[in-house]
Amino acid sequence: MEWEIVIGIETHVQLSTESKIFSGASTDFGAMPNAHACEVDLALPGVLPVLNKDAVEKAIRFGVATQATINQRSIFARKNYFYPDLPKGYQISQMEIPVVEGGTIKFHVAESEKTVNLTRAHLEEDAGKSLHEDFIDMSGIDLNRAGTPLLEIVSEPEMRSSNEAVEYAKTLHSLVRWIGICDGNMQEGNFRCDANVSVRRKGDKTLGTRREIKNLNSFKFLQQAIEYEARWQIEQIEDGLAIVQATVLFDPDSGETRLMRTKEDAHDYRYFPDPDLLPLVIDDDWLKTTRASLPELPKSKARRYQDDLELSGPDVASLVSSLEAATYFEATLNHFDVSGIKPAAKSIANWMNGELTASLNRSQKDFSQCPISPETLSVLIKRVLDNTLSTKLARLVFEELWSGDSTVDDIILKKGFKQMSDSGEIESFVSQVIEQHPQQVADFKAGKEKALNSLVGQVMKLTKGKANPTQVNEILKSKLS
Amino acid sequence: MFGKTVKELGDALRRKEFSSTELTTAYLEHSKALNKEVNAFITFDEEQTLAQAKLADEILSTDNATALTGIPIAHKDIWCAKDWITTCGSRMLENFRSPYDAHIIKRFKECGAVTLGKTNMDEFAMGSSNETSWFGNVKNPWDLGRVPGGSSGGSAAAVAADMTPASTGTDTGGSIRQPAALCGISGLKPTYGLVSRYGMIAFASSLDQGGPMAKSAEDLAILLEAMVSFDDKDSTSLEKPTVHYSSMINKSVKGLRIGIPKEYFSDEIAPDIQNGVQDALKEYEKLGAKLVDINLPTSPLSVAAYYVIAPAEASSNLSRFDGVRYGYRAPNYSDLNDMYAKTRAQGFGAEVKRRILIGTYVLSHGYYDAYYLKAQKVRRLISQDFAHAFKTCDMIMSPTTPSTAFKIGEKVSDPVQMYLSDTFTIAANLAGLPAMSIPCGLDRNQLPIGLQLIGNYFDEAGMIAAAHQYQCATDWHLKKPPLHNV
Repeated sequence: MEWEIVIGIETHVQLSTESKIFSGASTDFGAMPNAHACEVDLALPGVLPVLNKDAVEKAIRFGVATQATINQRSIFARKNYFYPDLPKGYQISQMEIPVVEGGTIKFHVAESEKTVNLTRAHLEEDAGKSLHEDFIDMSGIDLNRAGTPLLEIVSEPEMRSSNEAVEYAKTLHSLVRWIGICDGNMQEGNFRCDANVSVRRKGDKTLGTRREIKNLNSFKFLQQAIEYEARWQIEQIEDGLAIVQATVLFDPDSGETRLMRTKEDAHDYRYFPDPDLLPLVIDDDWLKTTRASLPELPKSKARRYQDDLELSGPDVASLVSSLEAATYFEATLNHFDVSGIKPAAKSIANWMNGELTASLNRSQKDFSQCPISPETLSVLIKRVLDNTLSTKLARLVFEELWSGDSTVDDIILKKGFKQMSDSGEIESFVSQVIEQHPQQVADFKAGKEKALNSLVGQVMKLTKGKANPTQVNEILKSKLS
Repeated sequence: MFGKTVKELGDALRRKEFSSTELTTAYLEHSKALNKEVNAFITFDEEQTLAQAKLADEILSTDNATALTGIPIAHKDIWCAKDWITTCGSRMLENFRSPYDAHIIKRFKECGAVTLGKTNMDEFAMGSSNETSWFGNVKNPWDLGRVPGGSSGGSAAAVAADMTPASTGTDTGGSIRQPAALCGISGLKPTYGLVSRYGMIAFASSLDQGGPMAKSAEDLAILLEAMVSFDDKDSTSLEKPTVHYSSMINKSVKGLRIGIPKEYFSDEIAPDIQNGVQDALKEYEKLGAKLVDINLPTSPLSVAAYYVIAPAEASSNLSRFDGVRYGYRAPNYSDLNDMYAKTRAQGFGAEVKRRILIGTYVLSHGYYDAYYLKAQKVRRLISQDFAHAFKTCDMIMSPTTPSTAFKIGEKVSDPVQMYLSDTFTIAANLAGLPAMSIPCGLDRNQLPIGLQLIGNYFDEAGMIAAAHQYQCATDWHLKKPPLHNV
């Protein structure tokens, strides 16, 4: 029996505004409990919400970036339920008419492009936090997060594997950071996913009953949770049991999902338009200004990198994985002449996707915090392209650059890294090696091509890596023929 | 000092006939004594009141005094006032001391007015008789066995008994106009959005509107000037050019076309009220106004629509009273849900619970379209009726209430009868129109009769002028309840 997994994802993206969505209180993370809760956030009697325009601006940016429809008139509604960290007893959200409708997210899974359609994206306020650990027989309520603006982005159930779900989430994460609407800090809960998972027999047209996994705040958990959940659902059905629509939580320790509530105990949220807020009207000018202020989007950059610079698909994908990376790439590229731009681009991509990314990951930095400036990297690459440095030596220079503040040329000078390109000098080393390794010489002459590599290696060893390997190769061949 | 209007007191204060401290002290003593009979006030806070009076006296010694500087004003206990206990007439907020000022409280402070105290009201403004207050019912100064109306019953009774020169109220379905009518005073509900709702404890957000209550139309103008101002903390607040209402009260009613809606003059209205209102209309004709018959065909549906929309909004607005952060919390409970249930069961009175239940029901899945959406459609039709009527008239007049003050306890067990006492006032809230009530007679029991004026949007100045012209020609607004001699 072949099974198909069907996944839709709802993502709560915390918008990076200075103040809350309906009050003037700060959105800074990490303050003392309730230090950032003003009278509106506390839901004192008589207070009223006033919409933060910056939150709307950020929602528009998202809509534009995903080619969605921006509803120029949308409605805020109250979602009513009781919870101690929900101070008003209702959450202000959008129900019937959200600010953004439709749109698409495109990403690659195993070399093929996948497009996921978005249902909608709506503005809402976050709740506070209940703290159960620090109190005996009581719970603490911290309302610092209450009223923080969220954009809830809902996808269609169009993903078919945990890999697709993770790639979707990663692409979305990168996009919201790219367009400057979310800091994307997943530990702080800036970007949280709920995954709706169902399974069906391959070829079935109707969807299976779904269960929603709440609050997944890392890509790893997203993947693990979906895989566990899908396996569990398949086992249930194969055992002849039915799936009951439910909300579940993922426990990272056990790697399992567990039941939170079924549809029967689901709330009737009694949505109705919030009479304290006027309909949200976005005029043409606002749309136009926002559209014009968006940075060039990853897809467009990717197309340019591929078409104009002839970079490969995987190279391009990682260069446009974040605005910081793309900015770094372009800043480095700016130090090269148009004539040599293509090899330079390839070389920058290699460095960025290789050593640089590895080193940045090790020190938990992104490209905007890279200790090696784009200009410095361009000099290093130029020294390789003009044969001053071998690739191997360039790596050593890179390591020096990473840990110190010296320049490329100083390091080359100081460490004597300059590549040996004088053929007379190389020839004497080659002669020495031929003399000392008669067996290999004999092997090569007998037709064993591999013996040549060994001889090249010996020359490199003798020159401490400074000889140009291509030259060594040529000289060896001519001497042995 | 007593028996004077805000206008007269302001002039006397600026002429230094007496100080604000003297005036305020006198009113405090007088009010506290009368309050034992009338129960119009929930809270006096002598210390804060006298501190404000002292501050006002300092301003009065400069050239910066306004028409309200040094005048004691009583505020309905629905307005949050910094450091004042603000109860909204409920056990739920019996212990709630507001840490902030409502926008209008701030405005009155800026004008140098003095907060005399917080007045009694129906719990969360839900009621038409002041019998739902957790702090006991207010008594009508004209007959202590009768209700003062509601929900701003304390504010109305306090003005009628001259326990305060003037007061503030709020009006969701008639809560300023109906008690004003029953207590023989003047009260105005402005156009929705003119007076900020920030700091007014919400009952039904799309209908709630604060307004002044006073002894004369001229006083209403003075108070309204302080209350109307754009507030960026209220998204429904309207930004309008400033209007000097008090300088426009002398506008003649000559040529004014007064619309008479036949739906508001049915046989169910007490005959004395019919007569009182007819006499008032004749007076207006004498002053040069013209009476025009109009139709408001949807208005019979206004009570039904109101009792869907208002409870729906209230059921959500009152969710914040959960015992978690402030206000009443049940002393004993077993878990979170039990805490909610007991807190709200004990903290709210019967009428509030009834409306929360109605509101929860009409918003529920499967009922929303049949009730809430339908009521909103009726609401639109009511607005359209008025828009149509204002093509042929400038102002609409009718009785404010179908009966004069009824006896305490008379309607308390029959909510629908109680709701019908707002039958003429509700439509203005649904349409967001300005409306007022002024005294226009006494019935056979010597109880006041109210004349309702409904104006077009933002025509407060025209309405106040029309009321003032009437008050210049008649003396109904000067009649004093017998209690005044106590």
